[in-house]
Amino acid sequence: MDQPPPVPLATIYALFFRIGLFSFGGQLTSWIHREVVLVRGWMSNEEFLSGLALSQILPGVNSTNTAIFVGQRLRGAWGAAAAITAMLTGPFFAVILASVLYKWVVGWDGVQSIMEGVAAVALGMLARMGISAGRGAVKGVAPALAMLVTFVGVGVLRWPMLGVVAVVAPISVLVSYYLGRRHEG
Amino acid sequence: MKDENIYFALVAILAPLSIAAIGGATGIYAPLQHETVELRAWMTPREFIDLFAIARLAPGPGSMLAPLIGWKVAGFGGALLATVALYLPSSVLCYGAARVWNRHRGKPWRRAIEAGLSPVAAGLIFSGILALLRLGQTGPLSWFTVALVAGLLMWRPKLHPLLLIGCGALVFFLLHVAGV
Repeated sequence: MDQPPPVPLATIYALFFRIGLFSFGGQLTSWIHREVVLVRGWMSNEEFLSGLALSQILPGVNSTNTAIFVGQRLRGAWGAAAAITAMLTGPFFAVILASVLYKWVVGWDGVQSIMEGVAAVALGMLARMGISAGRGAVKGVAPALAMLVTFVGVGVLRWPMLGVVAVVAPISVLVSYYLGRRHEG
Repeated sequence: MKDENIYFALVAILAPLSIAAIGGATGIYAPLQHETVELRAWMTPREFIDLFAIARLAPGPGSMLAPLIGWKVAGFGGALLATVALYLPSSVLCYGAARVWNRHRGKPWRRAIEAGLSPVAAGLIFSGILALLRLGQTGPLSWFTVALVAGLLMWRPKLHPLLLIGCGALVFFLLHVAGV
């Protein structure tokens, strides 16, 4: 197993502080994906995505769960604590500042269109992460099916997420376990 | 004594939501609205919608609505307490899960779970995009922007998103001024 050099806690803190502060329009998981997988290569796409799936299944906000997953993986308990506190510090003060400024901002009708633009770009970032994830999935028939069934069930038919995942995930995992064994044997 | 009650109420509302909110922040808005507007009358529906808009305006997760509610009803201490109450319980749970999960890196069964879960994550990401596009009154311009940004970032992975966010804000604003 390739063991990458440990990432300094200060680096984790600085990165997640920046992610929290810059993430206008939300979609923080795609920021984390970009920084941790695409720019810094701290973990593989597949490892990140499995962590993201866990973050979505577990209770709590996806982005903070993902931050904890990444922080824990990089530097254990301190890494997790650094990642989540850093990611929430900027937004905590920003949201209070925004509420103070809101009185002046709210009267200005341009703000609605600006927020729409920001939200659309943030959604584009999420779509970019989706393309990364989808490219990994279409490498085989089984993962492609797992992706499609999840999307149709949760996204299109709006079935409860936990129910769909509880059915699709075990089958998908069993198939990949079986295929993995066959490759080795 | 009244302040104490407010602090206690904040924790009593948010800590259970932390564990109950499965599938992300969107699940907490309706119960938060019910508790703060209908049950406790801490604010009018209009004020709640304003706080929701403020949380969207600022960077960070949409769930930063919770500290904002704390700030409104109990000042800085309320904001801090609300943040801890909303994020701590789920974070501790997630930390435990991550620890167990990451301890078994490289084992064959974990590789299988990884390979099996990542397409599920892909399906959930696309579901999330669809849900958000349904939620907003998004016009063709938003759809076009989503596709353009995704394409640009695929083409140039290191392009800084903040630059794109700035451009997006500017373009939407200019089109608004031009009356499009």
